[in-house]
Amino acid sequence: MTDIGFVRSAMTDARPAPRRTSGVGAWLRKNLFATPSDAVLTVLGVIFLLWVVPPLFNFLFGHAVGPNGTVEECRMPEAGACWAYISSEMEFFIYGFYDIPQHWRPNIVFALGALLLVPLMIPKAPFKRVNAVLFLFVYPIVSYILLAGGVFGLTPIPTEKWGGLLVTLIISVVGITLSFPLGIILALGRQSKMPVIKTLCVAFIELIRAVPLITILFMASIMLPLFMPQGMTVDKLLRALVGVTLFTSAYMAEVVRGGLQAIPRGQYEAAASLGLSYWKQMYFIILPQALKHVIPGIVNNAIALFKDTSLVYIVGMKDLLEAVKTKNDTALEWQSANTATTGYIFAAMVFWVFCFGMSRYSMYMERRLNTGYKR
Amino acid sequence: MSQVSETTVDRAIDTSHMKVSKTDVAIDVVNMHKWYGDFHVLRDINLKVMKGERIVIAGPSGSGKSTLIRCINRLEEHQEGQIIVNGTELTADLKRIDEVRREVGMVFQHFNLFPHLTILQNLTLAPIWVRGIPKAEAEATAMHYLERVKIPEQANKYPGQLSGGQQQRVAIARSLCMQPRIMLFDEPTSALDPEMVKEVLEVMINLAEDGMTMICVTHEMGFARQVANRVIFMDQGQIIEQNEPEAFFSNPQHERTKLFLSQILH
Repeated sequence: MTDIGFVRSAMTDARPAPRRTSGVGAWLRKNLFATPSDAVLTVLGVIFLLWVVPPLFNFLFGHAVGPNGTVEECRMPEAGACWAYISSEMEFFIYGFYDIPQHWRPNIVFALGALLLVPLMIPKAPFKRVNAVLFLFVYPIVSYILLAGGVFGLTPIPTEKWGGLLVTLIISVVGITLSFPLGIILALGRQSKMPVIKTLCVAFIELIRAVPLITILFMASIMLPLFMPQGMTVDKLLRALVGVTLFTSAYMAEVVRGGLQAIPRGQYEAAASLGLSYWKQMYFIILPQALKHVIPGIVNNAIALFKDTSLVYIVGMKDLLEAVKTKNDTALEWQSANTATTGYIFAAMVFWVFCFGMSRYSMYMERRLNTGYKR
Repeated sequence: MSQVSETTVDRAIDTSHMKVSKTDVAIDVVNMHKWYGDFHVLRDINLKVMKGERIVIAGPSGSGKSTLIRCINRLEEHQEGQIIVNGTELTADLKRIDEVRREVGMVFQHFNLFPHLTILQNLTLAPIWVRGIPKAEAEATAMHYLERVKIPEQANKYPGQLSGGQQQRVAIARSLCMQPRIMLFDEPTSALDPEMVKEVLEVMINLAEDGMTMICVTHEMGFARQVANRVIFMDQGQIIEQNEPEAFFSNPQHERTKLFLSQILH
């Protein structure tokens, strides 16, 4: 006699989950010593840290010469990093050969940029549209007038003199803001049903992606003048800007294409069946979803671009890294065992701060835009 | 025929007052053919739909039912013959396609709501940006239709937070916000749990009662019996048989139709 009949007489109420074992001991066991191999790796890791961290700390802080130190202190045998060198040459690292009495002009550009960019990046800040128009259209013009001069009684300063962090930021901000929309257009073009547009976009993307950035910059600086009429020159900074922007836009295009392909066909069809035109479908329905998918890829490209700006030394621009290198090689009054190393560490730290900032901001945006309970 | 269901709504539906126009042609498909590459999916389709008709298209899977209604708002292109919707013939001309799409609503099997927009934004996007209706007015209309599909309280949620049945009702409301003259339904209940089928059918019946011209590709034979004024049976890309639902179910003529009905009705 089997009794397979069953009728529930009382419903079971939901209960809180059983308590996890907690405390320091449990945490250690779970995270550091879960298995014998975990334990071995933990011990090796601790040994490695003990081996690396103290000397590094001593070099950077313990035995380092502070910003107010002197070159004599830097030349002491046991001296660590020579921060005095950095603070003494800071102006050169930021502005390059930009005329010193005119440094207020890049300063205004920096301040304006921060003033416009920060509220643009804070989702809750008001006046987004006005803010975006100011940043994208007004700010570049104002900045150019301020930096280049030659009008309104401002002394003209040729771009050859611009340098340091100023150039790094100009190239990366312009490069990122231009290559992003350009990349979107290329990606849409690549998916176009019109053969001419499609072929052009594919050819451009594949050509640019198949060539190193160095080559493109080199072509721009050496080859381009050969094709130009006699006596006509294109500004070095402009060449670098065009080269970097075109290069990055090809990569952006492929990232965006990846996002476009992740959008189900039903989204296009639903948008089309409501009577939305192609551009409205893209703007309201497809791109917002596609771009959200590929934020990590887009930021990856932005970070790569930021670091690639250091290649503009090929066309003779002195970006931050090149400015540091120039000073390392020429500042005889600061010569010591650790001067050059300190210079490069400083450059690395500046690059890291900006790249890390971009990375964190992108993660914040990803979380914020994560409305898609996928169905 | 696993998907076929006989869900009915537990109330008498009076179709006598659902007026079918004798003179106003909503859709006219004439000698239409369509190929996918070399495959002849739709063959010699002739279908005249009068204003106010409720048509159910039935048939085995792969018979071209969905392809046919997708041709009517040009989600698919036909190669031969004519499709005339509200007097506008569909050609490659984008202006005409947009003109037709504005007047023809479509509901999909998988809802296809826009997951990055709230329900209210899903409903107001097209009225604002296609019809140019002011935002406040579009929102009022949207709330009106959300009340009609009985989920006004979901207006500010995202599609992913709703059940399948709720999503499909939102999708219907989204189409209605464009005030279409014709509604196309492409297997609107096939992706739903049985419990949710009824709530969607109820909304569709309400629409029919309001006199909407509807073409439904569906496996809901109960709906066909209760609401349709004409059932069309398709197989191998062709219209095999069409008739009033009563006659269609009780007295099928073609062998293929008999076989189909004997397999789905017990």
